[in-house]
Amino acid sequence: MAQMVETLEQHHKTDETALITGSEAIAVACKLADVDVITAYPIRPYDTVMQYVSKLVSHGEMDCEYIVAEGEHSQFEIVKHASAVGARVFCGSSGVGWMYAMEALTVTPALRIPMIAMVGNRALDDPGAFGVEHNDALTVRDLGWMLVWVDSAQEALDTALIAYRVAEDRRIFLPCAISCDGAFLTHSQALVKIPAQEKVNEFLPRYNRGDLLLHPDNPITVAPQGNEDWVMEIRRQNYAAMERTTAVIREAYSDFERIFGCSYGNPFFEEYMTEDADIVLMGMGTLSIPMKVAIRQMRKEGKKVGFVRLRWFRPFPAEELCKSLGRFKAVGVVDRDYSFGSPYMSGVVTNEIRTALYSAPGPKPPVLCFICGLGGREVTLPDITRMTESVYKAAEGKTQPLTQWIGLRE
Amino acid sequence: MGRLFAVEIIYRGIFQKTLAKNISRAIVLAAHHEGKPGISFGRYSDSPERNGIPAKSFAIVGTDQETLERGMAKYEPKEVDITIAVDDTLCKGVESWAWYGLQPVNQKIKQGGTLIVTSRETPDALISMAHRKEHPYELCIVKGTPSFSGLWVYKDDHTDVRILGTIARILPELFTLNSLKKIILAEWKDSVKVSSAERAYERSTSITVRPNQGNPETPYKFDLPKWHEMGEGVAIPSIPKGKQIEDPTTHAMGGYRPDRNPTFKKFSTRTMRPVVDFDTCIKCTLCWLQCPDTCFDVTPDGLYDANMQACCGCGVCEAVCPVPNCVTMINETEFRDNSSQWEAWKKDKAGYKTWLQGKIESRPERSHGFRYRGQYKEQIPEMLEIAREG
Repeated sequence: MAQMVETLEQHHKTDETALITGSEAIAVACKLADVDVITAYPIRPYDTVMQYVSKLVSHGEMDCEYIVAEGEHSQFEIVKHASAVGARVFCGSSGVGWMYAMEALTVTPALRIPMIAMVGNRALDDPGAFGVEHNDALTVRDLGWMLVWVDSAQEALDTALIAYRVAEDRRIFLPCAISCDGAFLTHSQALVKIPAQEKVNEFLPRYNRGDLLLHPDNPITVAPQGNEDWVMEIRRQNYAAMERTTAVIREAYSDFERIFGCSYGNPFFEEYMTEDADIVLMGMGTLSIPMKVAIRQMRKEGKKVGFVRLRWFRPFPAEELCKSLGRFKAVGVVDRDYSFGSPYMSGVVTNEIRTALYSAPGPKPPVLCFICGLGGREVTLPDITRMTESVYKAAEGKTQPLTQWIGLRE
Repeated sequence: MGRLFAVEIIYRGIFQKTLAKNISRAIVLAAHHEGKPGISFGRYSDSPERNGIPAKSFAIVGTDQETLERGMAKYEPKEVDITIAVDDTLCKGVESWAWYGLQPVNQKIKQGGTLIVTSRETPDALISMAHRKEHPYELCIVKGTPSFSGLWVYKDDHTDVRILGTIARILPELFTLNSLKKIILAEWKDSVKVSSAERAYERSTSITVRPNQGNPETPYKFDLPKWHEMGEGVAIPSIPKGKQIEDPTTHAMGGYRPDRNPTFKKFSTRTMRPVVDFDTCIKCTLCWLQCPDTCFDVTPDGLYDANMQACCGCGVCEAVCPVPNCVTMINETEFRDNSSQWEAWKKDKAGYKTWLQGKIESRPERSHGFRYRGQYKEQIPEMLEIAREG
């Protein structure tokens, strides 16, 4: 018995390594965060998370209410209410499943619910397609959700822990969606360091809903009707909460580094080989892998190309990012999304960066948009070479189309 | 710049929303007949689908399009030429579902503007219900009961055109009787309605209400909080638990009075209120249990006192009371304050009895909705008489 206790205690203090997918890494984070209520409804590729969570529950490794709803709308509503009564919650979805939950997704930030959701990025129907596109998660970009993209299973796990820490901070109380590219991250196993429970406990305090706790001892009415005398003030409160996220995210990453001994550098975006770069390419998610490979290849050919991977799309790190991008002669943004009819018909990320640069004090390099890798199509090395060539031409002052479709059969 | 006209119609939710809309539409159409553009709309954050809740319709007319746009640029007019109250109990004020406190019925009337009320009360009675105003205004009574005209099966009692005829008399710059007659024929294709409008035009008289006349109370109001003073998460603190009540004669504490919404009183949402005969009450609790608004305070001696901060005037208490004439609904025009009946009874039981009998005899009926099946039919001859004779 004594030996068993000792073993368990040791287990509590030791990091482990496991070969798991990005989805499994998120499930493990839920276990480490001791999530109270998890709801699920199957849709590929998100369903890999629910499968793994149900396994953890059935094996007795995780103690939570695990509810399979009858659709995504109920799925998100259930955890919204659970969070209002003080439960730490998790759920997630993909593609049109996320869209089916849309009404619940809009009220969640308004009610200041720190829900953590995993979006297994998937193309929106039609056609029915499983592959990655970022349009699903991006639909909530204006509503008060924090949005973060990760590019590895390790980062998925770490970011999930950070997301709980940030979302449940009383200064914030906003939901956060962690985007994992369908297939490339959700269905691909990699070696992941699973931190010791003791470290997680130190990093992540219990969720305390405090004055907003829906409980008989704290009688409040949540979500009443409001007319034009009230709505602006309520929106202004969410604006203030989102304004505070930048500092709280920074704080969480720095604590994460202190406790887990792992640094992500700048929390908001990762820079790769940018110190001496003439031009940079940008993107979100697992795109970073082929990008880095291609850049290493191009470097050998003497092209000074760098890569900037945006992690946090909301809050959007406008000032810092513009300061960084101002160092380069031109920028090419790879959008794994579309925004039909938008300015210059560019993708969502490109237009966000152009908007940020317009009001930035420093230099404003030209920004090209590349629509690429839609529906889970591979972003190939020749694709990246083609994009790079175009960005170089823009850097030399040659007119380039502002939006180009790359990797398209034409 | 040309001249901007504004008319507001204050009405009771559900029952009178069609009537109000018909009046404001006809104002715009009649003005348009004279080449003046206009718009007609209901106050959007009112709730015209809620039973008896005060709500507003507006007609805005300009002598030209640019002038009209000055009026359209506002959510609702800040001041009006004419206020119309199609239920005389509204003279006590307007507390909309939109939560802005209690607005005096005459709040928006310009200097020299007119308040038109459909009523069978005397001018003095109506003046004493309305809050005092800093400048004089005219009061014009169109004789009548609170009309449901235009609602489902209710008969057209010509309240709409009688009010319109009155407007043509008061403010011919907005539209003349001639234009009104043309649009009545075009809209309703009914020459009897035209003659109703004409008669109202001929008989219309008004009296001036001076600043020293009317209810001297400061209307109930509250300040809207700043964004950082409000609770986050769209959460509203609950209303605290209630307290015991003091007996005004013995000063003993007892019973229970629930605390009530601090920003939504129901002083003007009802058209009638219950009066209670405490001498015959058998303390059966039914009124207290069944009241949908928890309006009854439990007194230290175990009686049930309808609190006028919370009473909507629905009449359920009267319907469920097993004792004949113990709870009686009385038209709100009979009252000038919201004080406790139980306290009055405790202090002077004989005096209370006399008061109670006086109320019951004077007018035991409601102004919107009906107390029993068939009551409407019984009232039709009277309504027709009013319509004919004005």
